[in-house]
Amino acid sequence: MRQSKRNQILLTGGVLAALVGLLTVNAGAMHIAEGYLPVNWCLLWGAVCVPFVVAGFFSIKRRIDQAPRAKILLAMCGAFAFVLSALKLPSFNGSCSHPTGVGLGAILFGPLTMAVLGLIVLLFQALLLAHGGLTTLGANTFSMAIAGPILSWVVYKLLRKANAPAAVAVFAAAALGDLFTYVITSLQLGIVNGGMVKFLTIFAVTQVPLAIAEGLLTVVIFNVLEKYSKAELQELRVL
Amino acid sequence: MKVWQKNLILILLVIALAAVPLWLLPNAEFGGADGQAEEAITELNPDYEPWFEPILEPASGEVESLLFALQAAIGAGVVGFVLGRMTKSDKNKGEK
Repeated sequence: MRQSKRNQILLTGGVLAALVGLLTVNAGAMHIAEGYLPVNWCLLWGAVCVPFVVAGFFSIKRRIDQAPRAKILLAMCGAFAFVLSALKLPSFNGSCSHPTGVGLGAILFGPLTMAVLGLIVLLFQALLLAHGGLTTLGANTFSMAIAGPILSWVVYKLLRKANAPAAVAVFAAAALGDLFTYVITSLQLGIVNGGMVKFLTIFAVTQVPLAIAEGLLTVVIFNVLEKYSKAELQELRVL
Repeated sequence: MKVWQKNLILILLVIALAAVPLWLLPNAEFGGADGQAEEAITELNPDYEPWFEPILEPASGEVESLLFALQAAIGAGVVGFVLGRMTKSDKNKGEK
């Protein structure tokens, strides 16, 4: 019994260390502003997103059929991303950024679902807040609603396979997905402008404490779900 | 430990994470990272002209903060509503 507990801790630690190693190699915090990406890149990122968003609609329908009672959780995942991406938090390098909040939905409903929900959040901010932008919507959707959630989902599944406790897996998945979103943002800007390292220091470094905050907040929600909504989590094959 | 106790600790940690930078760096500007990225682009490519302007820009910092607060309020409202409904139902109470 004690042996298996120790194995569990070792495996969890090992997977976490490997993931952190992978990510800190490209250690990048907010959306790309309107007009700051050349036209051809805007079109390219937009085109890349289309299949994910379309697949996202089908994925939502499938999940809801599979677990009808989880519909209300879907609404909550969208709302959670809404709250978190409205919170601009101060970071240790003296600038501000905001978390993405998409990790929770990716863990519960899979990454494709978040392509749709993330797009909605980004549209709201682009249209009403002049934050992000319509021309850069494709690039921002790719980083926040596709790449981040995919990583979150993979991290969660990997850690659960390694028998990590659910809360640890949720924390790591949300935090690393958040960080990964901004690594992608930095890459998107770096490819076009050069100076990848510069964008990574602006975005990724700012994001580290925020990613941790997002990880912790996602665990807060997950703790409640685990206690009160166990049946739904099992139907969604999260637990 | 009860769920609410665990969550209280986690939330306090988040508040600490947000407050410590403010306390450690009293003179920092805390500008947006997206603004810094715009500057970096202009620095790397001095000729770059943003080719599109936001269609609707909030009229002032106040209006912008209104919209951000609204976004957070709507989101928090829905999250609270769902959590409230969930914790109210005693269907799953027996399972821990």
